[in-house]
Amino acid sequence: MATQSSRATARLMVAPSVILLFIWMIVPLAMTIWFSVRIYRLLSPERSGWAGVRNYTWFFNSPDFWMAINNTLLLVGGVLAITIILGVLIALLIDQPVWGQGPLRILVISPFFIMPPVAAMIWKNLFMHPQNGLFAAVSRAFGTEPILFLQNYPMSSIVFITAWEWLPFATLILLTALQSLSSEQLEAAEMDGASALSRFRYITLPHMTRAITVVILIQTIFLLGIFGEIFTTTQGGPGSASTTLPYMIYKQALIAKDIGRAAAGGIIAVILANIVAFFLMRSMGKHLDA
Amino acid sequence: MGKIVLKQVRKSFGDVHVIPSVDLTIENGEFVVFVGPSGCGKSTLLRLIAGLEDTTSGVIEIDGKDATALPPAKRGLAMVFQSYALYPHMTVRKNIMFPLKMAGMDIEAATKKADAAAKVLNLTSYMERKPGQLSGGQRQRVAIGRAIVREPAAFLFDEPLSNLDAALRGNMRLEITELHQNLKTTMIYVTHDQVEAMTMADKIVVLQAGNIEQVGSPLELYNHPANAFVAGFIGSPRMNLLEGADAQAVGAKTIGVRPEHLDISTTAGQWKGTVAVAELLGSDTFLHVNVEGHGTMTVRGGGDVNLRHGDTVYLTPQAGKVHRFGADGKTMA
Repeated sequence: MATQSSRATARLMVAPSVILLFIWMIVPLAMTIWFSVRIYRLLSPERSGWAGVRNYTWFFNSPDFWMAINNTLLLVGGVLAITIILGVLIALLIDQPVWGQGPLRILVISPFFIMPPVAAMIWKNLFMHPQNGLFAAVSRAFGTEPILFLQNYPMSSIVFITAWEWLPFATLILLTALQSLSSEQLEAAEMDGASALSRFRYITLPHMTRAITVVILIQTIFLLGIFGEIFTTTQGGPGSASTTLPYMIYKQALIAKDIGRAAAGGIIAVILANIVAFFLMRSMGKHLDA
Repeated sequence: MGKIVLKQVRKSFGDVHVIPSVDLTIENGEFVVFVGPSGCGKSTLLRLIAGLEDTTSGVIEIDGKDATALPPAKRGLAMVFQSYALYPHMTVRKNIMFPLKMAGMDIEAATKKADAAAKVLNLTSYMERKPGQLSGGQRQRVAIGRAIVREPAAFLFDEPLSNLDAALRGNMRLEITELHQNLKTTMIYVTHDQVEAMTMADKIVVLQAGNIEQVGSPLELYNHPANAFVAGFIGSPRMNLLEGADAQAVGAKTIGVRPEHLDISTTAGQWKGTVAVAELLGSDTFLHVNVEGHGTMTVRGGGDVNLRHGDTVYLTPQAGKVHRFGADGKTMA
């Protein structure tokens, strides 16, 4: 890309996809903003007109809203904490040369191939179910009452199920990072008198920071929009105990059939995602530089 | 302080016996070079001494104490790796201070020692940089600095110069030799480069297939190689090894003549050949001569030898400079 004409050609060639991507992004955003300031209820089509900021204020005044924000952050934070801590430990474990390493790694990765609603149904019906579930059977075997996971601990259960799904992703990324660590560095540290724990703390963990950053960024993007797991297990309940922001938007759009409010919720979600992204990039962006 | 004794040390990986059995004594303060072709087990032997590999059987003594089962850190040895193995996320200062920090030394004393080491190695102005911002030679010095601060009983070098370019390699060779003269600590140095071995060592250990072929001072190995392998390995360019009637005439299976011990003549001599390639180095001239019945022989002549491709040349070995090897490859008395 040295000469002026090749640079100009490059710009020309890239332009169509840039323009297409821009339209792809700006049209839905513009439409959502438009709907969010309109009165647009599917059940009462005769009422229309400007809503102003009323769709937004409805959200901020709703007691469910702050709980939904709280639940969303809890879900993201909880899943991130579990997947990264367990991911590092499992990656360390399966990086060891053991017999049957190949099949073992495939087993560890496999939950990621199960689609979210299916995974959630498996956990709901086969493990957490108060009558048929495995956990209930274990509880009864010990003579205690089965724990009603989805009734009494809905948010923790959803965090747990989602973490189970995302743990393989984190493990996979962290494992590749671990495998790129030169063994000479670890040996040098061993010669320098570092214990196994110090070697992890001073050599392995710093080596993995970039991979951990990547895991945090990618997972945050996906976890902010988690929907299927909630829909198939608790339906946001009991009450609104496990309603997150995306689920609240869904309820406004498809249960209350209020497109205006749902659009306003969507814009709030976009803003929330940007705030999270801003803080993530500020605190972690430096780890991405080579 | 740094006497290392190996007694019948063996190392096997499964059925592969990398080191069949090695006995070796390294005196305190000696600069010992392990040299041999790649895959001869020299690095494995070094790693056994370092404690990075478990010994299959045998005893490794350091300072008269059995260290065979000791973990690497407890052996009091420091190692410089081929890849330098610097910690990329730490500054030069932190790299050098790392072993002291692990030993629990307080920061002030550790900083003082690191600064002292940096001064010796000309690293003072790079202390706050990360390894990624240093050149190959500087990284090498940091790795040495990290080894020095521990004040080890012996230094272990695993092909430390093989990632450097030729000029820098020459410099570092001198620096490491000087370092040895200043510190007077035992050093064990692994290389496949016989020039490094010849120039640096007090004592060279030539290895082949995990066996020690010969141990001796550089000149001892050059003048009195124990067998054809050592004779061929030590010296550059390689010794010419000849078989056939010429060898049988002196009662040997093989005879060896070094390139520098052949007289060149254009009129008469023992062997007749034609010059294939003439390498003119100014100070010396290396001739690759196709000799009838013996293939290519290498000859070293003075800078004034004026022979070109295709010229006929006669070669005669200098009296008393012919090495004779028996059928078992050993030097004949």
